[in-house]
Amino acid sequence: MPGHGHTIQVSGDPGQQVIFTVSGRIALDNLEFFISETQARLREMTPASLTVDLAGVEYLDSAGALALIELESNARGRSVTFEFANLTDKARGIMGLINPQALVTPPLITDRQTGNFVERVGETTLKVIDDYKRMLIFLGELLGALTHALFHPREVRWQDVAFYMKRAGVDGLPIVGLISLLLGLILAFMSSLQLKQFGANIYVASLLAISIVKELGPIMTAILVAGRSGSAFAAEIGTMMVNEEVDALTTMGFSPVRFLAVPKVLATMIVVPLLTLYADFFGILGGLIVGVVGLDLTAYTYLKETQTSLTLMDLITSLIKAGVFAVIIAGIGCQRGFEVRGGAEAVGSATTSAVVAAIFLIIVTDSAFALVFQYLHI
Amino acid sequence: MNNPENAPVIVVDQLTARFGANTIFDRVSFQVNRGEILVILGGSGCGKSTMLKHLIGLYKPATGQVLINGVNINTDDERILRRVRMDLGVLFQSGALFGSMTLAENVSLPIQEYTDLDSATIELIVRMKLGLVNLAGYENHLPSEISGGMQKRAGLARAMALDPTVLFFDEPSAGLDPITSVELDNLIKSINAGMGTTMVIVTHELESIFNIAHRVIMLDKEARGIIAEGDPRELKDHSTDPRVVNFFNRRPPAGPAPRGA
Repeated sequence: MPGHGHTIQVSGDPGQQVIFTVSGRIALDNLEFFISETQARLREMTPASLTVDLAGVEYLDSAGALALIELESNARGRSVTFEFANLTDKARGIMGLINPQALVTPPLITDRQTGNFVERVGETTLKVIDDYKRMLIFLGELLGALTHALFHPREVRWQDVAFYMKRAGVDGLPIVGLISLLLGLILAFMSSLQLKQFGANIYVASLLAISIVKELGPIMTAILVAGRSGSAFAAEIGTMMVNEEVDALTTMGFSPVRFLAVPKVLATMIVVPLLTLYADFFGILGGLIVGVVGLDLTAYTYLKETQTSLTLMDLITSLIKAGVFAVIIAGIGCQRGFEVRGGAEAVGSATTSAVVAAIFLIIVTDSAFALVFQYLHI
Repeated sequence: MNNPENAPVIVVDQLTARFGANTIFDRVSFQVNRGEILVILGGSGCGKSTMLKHLIGLYKPATGQVLINGVNINTDDERILRRVRMDLGVLFQSGALFGSMTLAENVSLPIQEYTDLDSATIELIVRMKLGLVNLAGYENHLPSEISGGMQKRAGLARAMALDPTVLFFDEPSAGLDPITSVELDNLIKSINAGMGTTMVIVTHELESIFNIAHRVIMLDKEARGIIAEGDPRELKDHSTDPRVVNFFNRRPPAGPAPRGA
């Protein structure tokens, strides 16, 4: 068969002594043809004894050697007397490396079972429960460490706190400002389309003030910080886990939670309420632009209306919410980081789950706050 | 394969490595012959690993070129590059196995990529390769489930998946216990003897240098190039260069210890 790099000449009679004279190259790239051809010839000739003459073989790689060994065991399996002729030293060397025992050794781990539906549901449930258990344990540890920090402020690594305040806060100013401004613009624009019909243009200001300050400001900020910084915390601590840096900290007598998590949580707690105020400001500014440009309101009336529709308590509750969100974001980010075992893939999934879990908990907590504030008449 | 048997496999021609203003080595030339085990050695910071990364085409040289089987490793032609890369196998320092894949998947990855073999044949080849490095039976293990020495052997199996003409090793014995290290050395020797694979090894483990090297090249930080070349046993006893003698006899240089060494 030209083009495949090898030729096989068959001599002898079927059922008798047969000789395969192989020449050319037997390598990975023509392995398939070589195997199928020899198999076909073997079936066709049903020899009593088979000699494979390798005198003409110019190149043999380990895959080719494997094919020859397979041919031999195949022939012996049909109780054919088998031998190689004109085996060069080189070919003998390669074939000597192949351990025939290894080819039939069963895997030490058989294919990983996924189990049936019920098993998987059970496993997942247990995993979720376990996940929450560990989250609670970590929360306890974190609160303990934070309380400790409260009474021993000198032991807090304030340099790290400042560093993470810059990372999570200052570096996030442009995107938080931009998104809040656009959100304010869109919200004011869309609501003005409705309110215009009733001649209630002025209520755009109070609608915006209440929705931005009480809900959208804190939530948007928290989601942005979760995406920017929660993920970064998880990736950073996760990589430190992989590199055994966390183990190094532990052996040096540091508490990883106190050393790694507390500065991040403190920094986020300081920065997120400030970012929320900033977001509120830009959101209202967006509304103001729409009000002045599109609704013929004066800046004074718009701001006056904003002021009357908000109470100081609204602002305070908004900041409390932001503070709680901050603990959730940084806490989850660090916890997912500490959960990393193994390698690069685990870091990736920890980062993803840090963001997803943080956003989920932010929304849940926000709903809880809405109910609590309602019943407390705040 | 297109070359005559005695032509050098790797030709390094006037190679200069420079990072910014920092020249690592300057106009270095040497050759690696077919079937040879060449060890690149030298003290820390002399550019051994940088040299290796130039040889396998990960770094672009500032000047000069590296030819493997007559082909420039820094060619821009993707097709040629792909062919050259098929001819190279690299064992990275810690194995560099993909953590999310089993050993069998790691080894079969290049085979699947570069050939059209059916899965049964690939499976057989993978078993053979794992058997070659004494890891028969471990095909369904994840890299995190086996020891460091086994990871290196699995990395070697993956590097050899396509039967490359040249195998590169970056510090094969780093982090291994003496026995595992000797076993790996013997494996390297038996593969070299059996398959005639050319090997380029970067290491500074004296014992394994004496055990496996046919020839060594010694790089030096100050000289920014090769300061010695030849049989390691010969160099140890007969070199006149104090730097070479000190290295092979584990003697720190006379005078004040260099800072940051």
